[in-house]
Amino acid sequence: MDVQQTLDSLKNEMNQLRDERKNKLSMVVFSGDLDKLLAAFIIATGAAAMGMEVVQFFTFWATPALRDKKKKGKGKDLFGKMFGFMLPRGAGKVKLSKMNMGGMGTGMMQYLMKRKKVASLPDMIGLAAEMGVRQYICEMSMDLMGFKQEEMIDYPGREFVGVAKFLEEAGDSKIQLFI
Amino acid sequence: MSDAIKPDVTMDLKGLACPMPVVKVSQQIKKMQIGQILAAETTDPGAHADFPAWAKSTGNEILSTDKKDTVTTFYIKKLK
Repeated sequence: MDVQQTLDSLKNEMNQLRDERKNKLSMVVFSGDLDKLLAAFIIATGAAAMGMEVVQFFTFWATPALRDKKKKGKGKDLFGKMFGFMLPRGAGKVKLSKMNMGGMGTGMMQYLMKRKKVASLPDMIGLAAEMGVRQYICEMSMDLMGFKQEEMIDYPGREFVGVAKFLEEAGDSKIQLFI
Repeated sequence: MSDAIKPDVTMDLKGLACPMPVVKVSQQIKKMQIGQILAAETTDPGAHADFPAWAKSTGNEILSTDKKDTVTTFYIKKLK
């Protein structure tokens, strides 16, 4: 292959890559820390405001943040019950990654956020739903931690999926984040 | 001069923090007609960078910015 040919085929490939990317943000939300979850939702709602299509894929420690404190999962085994007891029951119960100080730090932060009119995490989840941010939850995390679908918050259009679904979404996204 | 601009809708976003000013404006602008003007009053210091970035990405125009004490009013024309 001569140089010109190589250049042309590279150009073609680049154009293809460019065209395949949509004005879309795909995000893995892995962390169960209040601060990182807030960042994930601020970026998600901000991106939706910028006119982007937004997808959030919740996995591992971020999964319990989507539990509904008023709902209960039925038919759990011993491990499921243990995880259910030890992990936070919903977005109102997650803690800061730093300066938690047995919950005092988190309480202080929540107080400050209210005073400075920073939206709370549960409010941000509601806002994300309102703005059409799509939500996927990792089925494997649900199964591993023994969470039942009926104990999760109501969210329009939410699906329980595997890694391939995330990769399909991320594949044609302009921005991909792992939080 | 911003005195000459007659907004069709005025939004009070004073006291709201990131990302709410941009989120609220994007929700409001969807309900408006092309060519209409939205005045957004905000006290969020981040808005000075955020509104131009938002306008550029969404294809709308910031006609002018009016700062009085801590309140900045952005006059946004809906183009899309």
